[in-house]
Amino acid sequence: MTRRLLEGSEAVAEAMVAAGCRFFAGYPMTPFTEVLEHMARLLPEHGGTCINAESELEAVGMAWGAAATGTRAATGSTGQGLSLMQESLSELVSAHIPMVVLNMARAQGDYFQATRGGGHGDYRMPVLAPKDAAEAVSLMATAFELADQWRTPVLVFGDYYLAHTAQSVDVPEAGTPPAAPEWALDGSTGGSGRAKLLSPLGDHKRRDDVGYDLQEHYRGVARSVQEMTEGIEPRYEEFHSEDADVVVMAWGTPGRYVRAAVKELRDTGVPVGFLRPITLYPFPDAAVQRAAKHAKLVAVYENNQGQMIDDVRLALEGRAPVRFIGGLSLDHSGFGIAPDLEVATMRARIEEVVGTC
Amino acid sequence: MGGGAGMTLSRGTVVIDIEACKGCDLCVDACPPDVLVMTKEHVNSKGYRYPMLLPGCTGCRACAQICPDFVFQVYKYETPQEVA
Amino acid sequence: MLIEREGLQVVETGRPPDAPARLVDDFTPELIDVGTHGLCPGCGEPIAVRAVVEAIAELGLTQKAIGVFGIGCYTAFSNNLDIEVLQALHGRAPSLATGVKRARPDTFVVTIQGDGDMVNEGLQEVMHTAARGEAVTCVMLNNGVFGETGGHLTATTVLGQRTKNTLEGRNARDHGYPILLADVIATLEGASYVARCSVHDAGNVARTKRHLTRAFEVQQAGGFSFVEILTMCPTGWFIDTLDAPDYLSGNLAAVHAPGVVKDRRG
Repeated sequence: MTRRLLEGSEAVAEAMVAAGCRFFAGYPMTPFTEVLEHMARLLPEHGGTCINAESELEAVGMAWGAAATGTRAATGSTGQGLSLMQESLSELVSAHIPMVVLNMARAQGDYFQATRGGGHGDYRMPVLAPKDAAEAVSLMATAFELADQWRTPVLVFGDYYLAHTAQSVDVPEAGTPPAAPEWALDGSTGGSGRAKLLSPLGDHKRRDDVGYDLQEHYRGVARSVQEMTEGIEPRYEEFHSEDADVVVMAWGTPGRYVRAAVKELRDTGVPVGFLRPITLYPFPDAAVQRAAKHAKLVAVYENNQGQMIDDVRLALEGRAPVRFIGGLSLDHSGFGIAPDLEVATMRARIEEVVGTC
Repeated sequence: MGGGAGMTLSRGTVVIDIEACKGCDLCVDACPPDVLVMTKEHVNSKGYRYPMLLPGCTGCRACAQICPDFVFQVYKYETPQEVA
Repeated sequence: MLIEREGLQVVETGRPPDAPARLVDDFTPELIDVGTHGLCPGCGEPIAVRAVVEAIAELGLTQKAIGVFGIGCYTAFSNNLDIEVLQALHGRAPSLATGVKRARPDTFVVTIQGDGDMVNEGLQEVMHTAARGEAVTCVMLNNGVFGETGGHLTATTVLGQRTKNTLEGRNARDHGYPILLADVIATLEGASYVARCSVHDAGNVARTKRHLTRAFEVQQAGGFSFVEILTMCPTGWFIDTLDAPDYLSGNLAAVHAPGVVKDRRG
């Protein structure tokens, strides 16, 4: 491993290839576009395929087809493109097909889309929210492993900063992708009497009945989602979160600034702490509850109208008051460039909230 | 295809899976020698009428090709049979 | 050997013949499992799908084939097939087929989609897949109606055809004109072989099988192929099963004309 200064998009692309991704399809959209460009360059060098799909719907469909053959596949977009993919994401969960999906988001308004299952039906998928390119690189192998282990799409939530900031990163060498799992399709079980099926409507062919039994299948999917939720250890970063009067929570890029502000205040003796969920689903409920045990208040900063704050309230079940100190912070581009993102601004908001305790 | 007086020559025959049939009549229409006829009173356990075979089948397989429900198994005799 | 039934002298057909005979057609081809299916009496779709799997078996592609299915009446029927099946969402089979074939170029990939699936929901997908010249075969089962939802207008419904949302018959002023998809696909440079056929009588079933075989050979040679198969839907057409073949040839086939639309092999 050698440290290199790479723009986030390039680092993410290299990390995906290093994690064994050999198929990518995407549609250009700011700030996701550069990831597609880098994958188009990298994948052929590693015997993989990158397709510039004609729409986001087709991008997720192509990744679905590739994943069905047991190839590590990924797609991505920004929030609007993810909206177009939601039907497919929901059905990928029912079809038990692994895939990594990137949201290079504009600001943080897509938290609900990511964690509430933005598509139809009752489903969840794991969501990882790195705070910068370096963390995205370190989490990428995990994303693909979680996808394979639980046979589910996994969302990696980045943003404009992550995509377009150059950072010193260590990208692992590209290893050999794992062999195709036994459920994967390659045609070879044709004519055997047990030719395979991969479907969002059922797990096995029901030859002597009339088609699929959706009721039985959806119950099974619900069980799988439950097992997945319980089987994934939530990840988070914490800094003095269990001995603070005010615990400040943030996620993604703003988390870096909030942590720096908390550290500054802590260094001057102000009893504040910091907690940053890294898995947005499963949400680190237990860590939040531990943090709030001795806290007078939990403050939440995010660049939206208040979305993760709902999960904080749900985790606390009223054990501590929760205050929103975030909000929209945009420049004229609308791409989620937040003028608020500076330590002094964060510190002032935190101090204000501490003053009310 | 004439045989002796009162006899018809069959070059082939079919086995009919009565229970698979849904009474659609397509086989009757498709049969070139016109030797399939649907029952009028008898029905299978699902309530569908089903085809019966008259003498004169040529084993051409048209019925099997057109049937949506895989009702027919088609045989060609080694020597045409006079069916009585 | 003759027994009396309903006043007729009929041949006994409950078991194989005693006299020496050769089996020329078994109940189902090897790739269709014996089992019931819930498709309507007189439905053309099982006939068409039978032709597809027979062609796959005859070309020796059984252990390479992956059928990518759309959503329609035929979806449930995929349960009866002994080839590998990848189920797609409505309209989306061509993009899945693209992903499969690009990831595993050694497989044989065919989509099975209805007209509602392919021409309504999925028009963009099949056109882009053809334009890119992906080495897959897209098969449309065209009955001019959304059968599974009960008989509604699609982009291929012909003028004058009665459906649940065109009870007086489709008219151009209110409902526009049908899309003749095979002709549209043929205009795309990436499409190598485009044909239209039907399953309304045994002769046309045989012709359908020939077009499919040629289409599959084109895929084997690396080109995109497209076969549109007109199928009967007496339920969706509100007619008797026995009238469906003539309805197909007189109405559907009069607009969506059978024949080889494009064959780039010279």
